[in-house]
Amino acid sequence: MDSTQLIAIFGSILLQSAPLIIAVCGETISERAGVINLSLDGSLLLSALAGFAAALLTGSLLLGFLAAAAVGAVFALIVAFGSLHLRQNQVAIGFVLAMLGDSLSAFLGQNYTRLPGPSVPAWHIPLLKDIPVLGPILFRQDAVVYFALLLVGATWWFLFRTRAGLELRSAGERPEAAFTRGVAVRKLRYIYAVLGGALVGIAGAAYSLDVKIGWAEGHTRGMGWIALAIVIFGGWSPLRGALGAVLFGATKALATVLQRSFPQVALVAFNAVPWLLMILVLVLVSGRLAAPLLARAPAALRRPLRGLLQAAPPAALGQPLDDN
Amino acid sequence: MQVQLNTIHKQFGSLVANDEISVQFEPGRIYGLLGENGAGKSTLMKILSGYQQPDRGEIVLNGAAQHFASPRQALAAGVGMLYQEPLDVPVFTVLENFLLGRAHDGERPQQSAKALTQLAGRYGFQVDPHEHTRELSMGERQQLELLRLLAGGAEVLILDEPTTGISAEQKDLLFASMRTLAREEGKTLILVSHKLDEVQELCDYAYVLRKGRLVGGVQLPCPNQELVDLMFDELAPRPARRQPASGDVLLHLQHITVRTPRLELEPVSLQLQAGQVLGLAGLEGSGQELLLRACAGLLPLSGGSLRLGGQPQPDWDYPRARQHGVAYLAAGRLEEGLIAGLTLTEHMALVSNAHGLLVDWPQNRQLAAQHIATYQVVGQPESYIENLSGGNQQRFLFAMLPQNLKLILMEHPTRGLDIRSTDWIWEQLDQRRAQGTAIIFLSADLDEIAARSDQIAVFSGGRLLRSVPAAETTADELGHLIGGAL
Amino acid sequence: MSLSKTRLERVWPLLPGLAALLVTTLLLLAMGTSPVDAYSAMWQGAFGTSARVYSVLAFLVPLLLAASGLLLTFKAGLWNIGIEGQIIMGAVAASWVALRVQLPSGLQIPLELLAAMAGGALWAALAGVLKTRGGVHEIFGGLALNNLAILFTNYLIAGPWQPPEGGSFRGTQPFGAHALLPLFENSRLSLLSLALAIVAFAGVALVLTNSHWGLRLKALGQNARSAFLLGVSSNREMLLAMAVCGALAGLGGGVRVLSWFDSLRQSISGGIGYLALMVVLLAGFRLVLTPLVAFFFSAVLNGSITLQLRTQLHSALGDILTGVLVLLVLLFGNYERVRRAFRRRRSQADG
Repeated sequence: MDSTQLIAIFGSILLQSAPLIIAVCGETISERAGVINLSLDGSLLLSALAGFAAALLTGSLLLGFLAAAAVGAVFALIVAFGSLHLRQNQVAIGFVLAMLGDSLSAFLGQNYTRLPGPSVPAWHIPLLKDIPVLGPILFRQDAVVYFALLLVGATWWFLFRTRAGLELRSAGERPEAAFTRGVAVRKLRYIYAVLGGALVGIAGAAYSLDVKIGWAEGHTRGMGWIALAIVIFGGWSPLRGALGAVLFGATKALATVLQRSFPQVALVAFNAVPWLLMILVLVLVSGRLAAPLLARAPAALRRPLRGLLQAAPPAALGQPLDDN
Repeated sequence: MQVQLNTIHKQFGSLVANDEISVQFEPGRIYGLLGENGAGKSTLMKILSGYQQPDRGEIVLNGAAQHFASPRQALAAGVGMLYQEPLDVPVFTVLENFLLGRAHDGERPQQSAKALTQLAGRYGFQVDPHEHTRELSMGERQQLELLRLLAGGAEVLILDEPTTGISAEQKDLLFASMRTLAREEGKTLILVSHKLDEVQELCDYAYVLRKGRLVGGVQLPCPNQELVDLMFDELAPRPARRQPASGDVLLHLQHITVRTPRLELEPVSLQLQAGQVLGLAGLEGSGQELLLRACAGLLPLSGGSLRLGGQPQPDWDYPRARQHGVAYLAAGRLEEGLIAGLTLTEHMALVSNAHGLLVDWPQNRQLAAQHIATYQVVGQPESYIENLSGGNQQRFLFAMLPQNLKLILMEHPTRGLDIRSTDWIWEQLDQRRAQGTAIIFLSADLDEIAARSDQIAVFSGGRLLRSVPAAETTADELGHLIGGAL
Repeated sequence: MSLSKTRLERVWPLLPGLAALLVTTLLLLAMGTSPVDAYSAMWQGAFGTSARVYSVLAFLVPLLLAASGLLLTFKAGLWNIGIEGQIIMGAVAASWVALRVQLPSGLQIPLELLAAMAGGALWAALAGVLKTRGGVHEIFGGLALNNLAILFTNYLIAGPWQPPEGGSFRGTQPFGAHALLPLFENSRLSLLSLALAIVAFAGVALVLTNSHWGLRLKALGQNARSAFLLGVSSNREMLLAMAVCGALAGLGGGVRVLSWFDSLRQSISGGIGYLALMVVLLAGFRLVLTPLVAFFFSAVLNGSITLQLRTQLHSALGDILTGVLVLLVLLFGNYERVRRAFRRRRSQADG
């Protein structure tokens, strides 16, 4: 395999990971504010369909993405309303929505199956695209990839470097403390849950309009659950989460490459890789394995290792609000 | 700033927390707000600081009536409250906690950090803006909250039981800064406390609450008895403590160490005799919790050995500890001990060691009724445990303890209980002690440790500093010891 | 005022059902299908002939088995989403015996059913061990195991167990008649399996209301920490609850291959596990309601398959009907809670 091939593979890994990165950023924002949106799998499916159908019918990619974002936002709004106003279990509502989104997409999508449709055009960035190695990987992509990359940086900067991000995190960490300092916890949780949901919707359209163009039943099935697992792996940080998404995309790409040189049956084994990987990384970042490992590590290494391995969820994640 | 509270009334369900209370606070003075647990002190102050809204009554600041919908509004009007457990975000840095909720006007973080360190310097506090708040001691977190309120423009400062769980040095520093704030800066200070000595030491005037009502105001200093008479109905005299039975050595710890990601307990060796009470003193997170939990088998020993009744216990864990007659009672009753959603009868059936497949409900109901009578629990066998008051929950926890225990391990056994329940519980423990049960407990209340222990072990920074017979020390001395001063 | 309130309170439980019907009606109209025709097709599909009723009952068996198992795991506070994979592995284990063992029916079938239970229990225990030892939340462990079970089935069908006439991706060769459950009047219903499902449900009901184990599970589900301190071995009880649930689900999977089908197929469960989760959520974890809701789900889904055959409309319509119903009941089912939520909001707006 020569270097051009390798660069092409890296480029395609980035493209494949882009929707996942967007969804992970969206869910990270929501969970940092204290709302678990477990509906991701259904939300991605229905928004992928909505994005594709809207773009097909209107001929406008932008309207496609907007329709998808609206679908994702509505799903998140239902989760937020159910938990913040009606004080119902976020996990239960999210799970039912995941199922419902799946069936809705199957039913509504029956007339859109395998139709040719619009797709996001490639857009090479002048000058930057000519940088050796990095140019072809990073800058000979399309708007979806650039958006995903910018989103990672923007989300990180917003969460950890702005006052609004500070308020967002306080709502997910210790809402009663946030309240005494004048943070409108309930309002913020609504806003960021819905914003996160809209990003998940955009990720859905990124599949149907760019990465896996078109629509078929179960088009993105499973990706929502994987995104949720990556949020945990990412320790609720967009940077680590994006890294997780890219690693995931890389193993998938690797499987695709290896698959060519193996007989048909082994395809099953390659398809199993993401799920085995999901179990593996979750075991790795869970305290059960990390804690004894850390306890044995030399004192000097403990702190950086803890930063890498351990990830405490926002302390008030999924908890209902107490109005006095 | 002058504060007037006029006929404040607040009710939770059928419980009247504040019954038409009217009080007045003048600037430049330090006030004590005294009363037992549940007297309504905290509710009144939460109303003044905007955390809760009164059902009736008004708040008047410098002659102008106010309505606070949130603590933010109260602080904007000049009223700030320091809660018993500092209301900060533990994973944030000191600076982030300072910034959260601070009006900024485009101020850059570096400027805020500078403002914070300058302000801290004025009151003799030392802060590192980039340290994580969870690494700080309770006293330091309190200082940080105080600075935040001052920076936010507080003219009236309310401190709710601020001396629980801090060292004597930190307490002295806190009291000094409170005096400066009142005398030199003309602020209005309110100290909420149930400790008479503190109020006498610091305050100019004390209001006393009892069962939701204002029962008096006293110019300080005054004889302690005057305050006691106001605070309490007639109290049964505290029963005399039984002398410790001189029993055999029950528990023998040799060089035990415990390791957690946060803290390591350095080697501890001690012996406990049957019927003896060992009190563990120290700031929160100084290692005493680790020792207690290791004795209960809830944390593994990373070194050393534990002997119970002369027998080495190499594979000590919680189920084994239970089998050997060791009981453990955690601080949070509904979090660690009782199960919300289960009735008293179901609790009895759960801990009964019946081996049959099916539960004998009538028998367990009867058992629950018996315990309710014996332990004077206010409740029915069908009551859900979460509907009982804290004191009754603690009584029921004791009711569930098996007879003939060798060792009882307790965290904060009387936290949040009124004085009657507290005395009742120690009476129960005394009876068990007479039968040869040994007790180890930890508490943030140094008075409790000094009064109830035979032997006291003082912890600091993961080390057992000193082990002294209770007769040879006082709560005051303990206060200095737990700060780490030798 | 108060009279109208109680009237509203009285009709309240019906509203989610009506609203769910409204949603599906709108969807049908949007698709240009007459709702009356569609609903009558669904009704016919579920109850039109006695054969259809048998089919509803046959579909009910694995659903009720899985839902019964979930009552146990939910009681212990576990979200056993992995139940789908447990059904599949039960089907795989039963198929293994059916393909590899030759015994008289009287021995063969019990052996197959035992294998099915073992297969499901094993897969559930794996999710349980991942949770108790590996610290992986059962939702994620379970989902991964579900997908691995599906892939494993596909591998078996395409590989070692492919029919001798050549690699079809649809299923294994049909099992011998001696290996299949006796069927009732040429339907897909096995009365034996129905009886087993009823016994399993009754057993679960007894465990949950009157046994020490059921009480320990309840304690664990309400507060695992306190339960541990009161002497409940949380890891052991959790694993046991998972394994028993998996065994029941696996039995359901066995019933799928031995009576609903006659061989191991791709998507052998077809989402029955997820459906069972929805059943228990709609029943609000209440014992009495669970079999009724399961029967209702079974009828709707069988009806919607007929709907698809008649009108070419996707059978997901049935899932949408039940899904919207579950969602609305979860959100608004508790009248008191809804009233409080809105009263709270009004008082906040006033303040």
